[in-house]
Amino acid sequence: MYITQHFWELLFQGIRLGSLYALIAIGYTMVYGVLQLINFAHSEVFMSGALGGVFMLTALVGNKGKIPSGFAAFEYTALALLAGAAVGAAIAFSLERVAYRPLRQRHAPKLVYLITAIGASIFLYNLAGKLFGRNNLQVPESFHSGKVFVLPGSGAVGPRTVKTLDVLIIVAAVVVMICLDLVINRTKLGAGIRAVAQDTETAQLMGVDVNKVISRTFIIGGLLGGIGGVLYGMFHAVYYQMGFVPGVKAFTAAVLGGIGNVRGAMLGGLLLGIVESFGQAQFHLQWVDVVAFVVLVGVLLIRPTGILGERTGRTA
Amino acid sequence: MTASTETVPAGTATGGEPVLRAQGVTLRFGGLTSLDQVSLELRRGEILAVIGPNGAGKTSLFNCLTGVYLPQQGSIDFQAEPGGSWLSLRGRKPHLVNRAGVSRTFQNIRLFNALTVLENVQIAAETRVSSGPVGVMLGLPQNNKAARSARHHSREMLEFVGLRGKESLIASGLSYGDQRRLEIARALASDPQVLLLDEPAAGTNPSEKLGLAQLIQRVNTELGISILLIEHDMRLVMSVANRITVLNFGKVIASGSPAEVQQNPAVIEAYLGSGAAEELAAAEGDAGDAGDPVIAAVPEQVVRDVVPEPAAADEAADADQAVDAEAADVADASDADEEGSK
Amino acid sequence: MTTSISELSAQVRRLRKHDAWYKNPVWGRLVVIEALVMVLSILTNETQGSPNDYTLLFKDSWFCARGVQFLVGGAIIWVLAEVWRARGLSKIAAQATAPVKGLRNNAVLRNPWTKRGSLLVLVVVAVLLPTMGMFTLPYFQSVLAGQIGVYVLAALGLNVVVGWAGLLDLGYIAFFAIGAYTTAILSGKLPVGDDGNPELHPPIHLNLFFAFPIAVVLTMVAGLILGAPTLRLRGDYLAIVTLGFHEIVLNVANNDPKGLTNGSLGATGISTFRFNLFGVHYDWNPTDSKPYWYLAIGIIILVVFAFRRLEHSKVGRSWTAIREDEVAAAASGVPTVKYKLMAFAIGASTSGFAGVLATAKITAITPQNFPLTLSIFVLAYVIFGGMGSLTGVIVGASLMTFLPAFLQGPPSWFNSGKPVVDPKDVPMWIGAVLLTMMIFRPQGLIPSKRRAQELTQAEHGVGDADAMTESVEGVAP
Repeated sequence: MYITQHFWELLFQGIRLGSLYALIAIGYTMVYGVLQLINFAHSEVFMSGALGGVFMLTALVGNKGKIPSGFAAFEYTALALLAGAAVGAAIAFSLERVAYRPLRQRHAPKLVYLITAIGASIFLYNLAGKLFGRNNLQVPESFHSGKVFVLPGSGAVGPRTVKTLDVLIIVAAVVVMICLDLVINRTKLGAGIRAVAQDTETAQLMGVDVNKVISRTFIIGGLLGGIGGVLYGMFHAVYYQMGFVPGVKAFTAAVLGGIGNVRGAMLGGLLLGIVESFGQAQFHLQWVDVVAFVVLVGVLLIRPTGILGERTGRTA
Repeated sequence: MTASTETVPAGTATGGEPVLRAQGVTLRFGGLTSLDQVSLELRRGEILAVIGPNGAGKTSLFNCLTGVYLPQQGSIDFQAEPGGSWLSLRGRKPHLVNRAGVSRTFQNIRLFNALTVLENVQIAAETRVSSGPVGVMLGLPQNNKAARSARHHSREMLEFVGLRGKESLIASGLSYGDQRRLEIARALASDPQVLLLDEPAAGTNPSEKLGLAQLIQRVNTELGISILLIEHDMRLVMSVANRITVLNFGKVIASGSPAEVQQNPAVIEAYLGSGAAEELAAAEGDAGDAGDPVIAAVPEQVVRDVVPEPAAADEAADADQAVDAEAADVADASDADEEGSK
Repeated sequence: MTTSISELSAQVRRLRKHDAWYKNPVWGRLVVIEALVMVLSILTNETQGSPNDYTLLFKDSWFCARGVQFLVGGAIIWVLAEVWRARGLSKIAAQATAPVKGLRNNAVLRNPWTKRGSLLVLVVVAVLLPTMGMFTLPYFQSVLAGQIGVYVLAALGLNVVVGWAGLLDLGYIAFFAIGAYTTAILSGKLPVGDDGNPELHPPIHLNLFFAFPIAVVLTMVAGLILGAPTLRLRGDYLAIVTLGFHEIVLNVANNDPKGLTNGSLGATGISTFRFNLFGVHYDWNPTDSKPYWYLAIGIIILVVFAFRRLEHSKVGRSWTAIREDEVAAAASGVPTVKYKLMAFAIGASTSGFAGVLATAKITAITPQNFPLTLSIFVLAYVIFGGMGSLTGVIVGASLMTFLPAFLQGPPSWFNSGKPVVDPKDVPMWIGAVLLTMMIFRPQGLIPSKRRAQELTQAEHGVGDADAMTESVEGVAP
């Protein structure tokens, strides 16, 4: 059996992919929590985060093919992640300001929101394509991704080798998610977000500045999506349409975990990554997108509220 | 307090077989019990009022009866034809409840606001017409005939509730009282056996209220429809209801003819708080007129003290709903929320 | 005199309120206009960015003569707009256009026979179009038959889903593709043999008129399978599920299971319509677009008549009811899920129908014919024209398919044969159109009466205008 032979490496692949999905899924789930809106443009937040990372790396490292080492490697990587987070947050913030807020003030029906979101998504990624070319962008390496350890198993050593980049992806994702969990559960802003998610009107009556909370929710989602974008870009590729497929999958992950539920999004992301990893081993690489879709429809059929249930506060 | 929670056996004032029967209906939202072993029986041809303080579970009961909520326990049965078979309504989808012959109105008016008055009623009348999309697209003659008869029926219903001549107005342009009437017309258009009215007089002015009371009675007598009525306005309740069931904290605390209910100590306590019954009894003793219960003599007064004025009642009713909304994922309530959150 | 004093004091108060000059809304408007102009400067730039120099397009549209031109242009627009505001010209304009608006209630115009007459004129014009002006060029005839006809039909179907039922279908072209592949299979060009030899295909050579019912049934079933689990839950999930579905259909088309779709090569040489009845024999010939255009007009007229009946029937009213208040609709006896599914299935089958029509015209298909953006394009046609309004959708789809084709033009049309808008930029413009329409005119170019009413009411917090609220059935707390 292929799967049993390669169990550990498939599991590891799944976790690596899943932690990226989780980072993006959080953006979807938080916005859904406060606005009950599928923010289709979140995949473009992710994409622009990746672009931000690429620009920062290009500026710092350049395309000379010389890989920094030591402290410089650490510094450049951190700066790239920060740049990605900043660009992601900026795009998410302006999206909310320019597109969604006017609609909210007009009590626009949900259909109008969704069409706006999809319009923004199409516009943004094609604009990125126009601005920076429609081919893969080169991602300069900010550190040498060497062997860290080898996973147990009987397959060839190559695919079983865990490299620095793999560790970075998982560690960064875990750190960011722990921070987010603390923010949501321990801070005043987190309380505000939970309150708005539970009942916008009552929260407003209680003195919560709803606009501000929604704006900050977008920013947080943008920060995480941006970091996810940079990490994804370092591993896969950066190009203008890169957001779409991970976007749909991250949304699937959010639904899987229970939409509106931040911990659910984390769990859902990991699970989806693992399912996909094993699924593509079992079937074929080209059917990998089908696996995610079947998971989505399956979840909707069997447990529409997701694994952890739909709660940041209220179900909506 | 506990001494006065005994249920009054179903009154014998009005005869008739039951048409709608709820037994032991229990509805919980998480830890909150909204309805606790509620049993009630609507008899064919009568008007039964359900009263109770805010948050007593009246609207929750309606939502259970019409399939919006699925109660955890209990049975809800409906008999369309006299002597016919009983049909369970528990867990039946709302549109199937309507199709079975139980239709309703809403506490906060829910019309199709962008449609005309006639179209509002037509939608309900046409649910009895069996024409599919293919037949419609082909323009089959029997479809046109069915549509015409549904339109005719809708006009009749509009005329019945007194909205004749306003057919082509946009529904949201009607006055509040007319909107209430339109909602009743829409509920009547699907030819129900039972009509559930959720605070039909809320927010209307005294003259509209009087008109509504007359309308409710005409629906009952002229169309022969049994009516279950939730209402805060006691004068309206006393003037139209054959029997009254009182809910408090999700429990039935009394049930019987209006006169019986007025004298029931548990009801007085529910409305005025514990100790009120004793005080009233004491007052009665002072008056030295043991034969004539004071409450029966002063229902109007009690009612006015206890029941908020219409405007206040509305606000309270909204609050009632907010409680429900928090408690559960309920389409009814979250819908209202969504409007707010946008 | 007293008035001027009070005006002055009001002005002082205003100035005190906005003591910082930049808080004055006049300057705010300047900033907004200049920002928009700067974005436009990039959007309209013919240069395409390059991965070798990320700043290329900024340099080329901001930090050069072009940027200055745009800035100055923006400033001029701003000055004109401010003068317009100050002179209260909008009122004068309203007075000038009042008689035109009054025409709307004109008895002659409201007469149903006037409407029917103008419709007839429109059809006659459409039929005669290929003999007029530039439409005598084969390029524009091909645009008429292969683009406008097909996408008007597709948009009419999507209008049922989006405009009437208030649902969002983002994978609409997936059904179009299913229709197209069905056509290819029925005309015997698919599946190809194991060795990829297209000559080994099964010996079916069906008259493509028979592909219509088969494609309609297939796409309807696909729509029901997709919609049934999704629509029971939440309207907005349908958007993402259909998006995923489109991706899956493309995946299947590209991955070529058992030679069924022939992967990225697709099918070529698909046969076309034949008419052979009552002794009359006619073959449609792919080299001549006119007969396809006439066929498309005929189909569109039939569909419009059918959909008009639908709109003003029990079905159309029920959709409106569901859109406005799902709970009340259910309580009035409307089976909400059934009607939503019905709309979705009608939309899907219309898309499949349009897919057959398109395939018969182009006679060769590959997965690249059905990109995800095409689904969004058709949505944009519906939104631009005015969702819910048949006239609006037809006008919107015609304009928005014709315009890019016109701007690209036939070789040596104008602009020395170079397309005015780079085809690569078209999706970007479509996204911009969607965004702008939703923010400024969600009811579209020619709005439907009901839709416009709903949107205004939603603004005042009354009612709803979509079917995105949760299912109302038997909620177990």
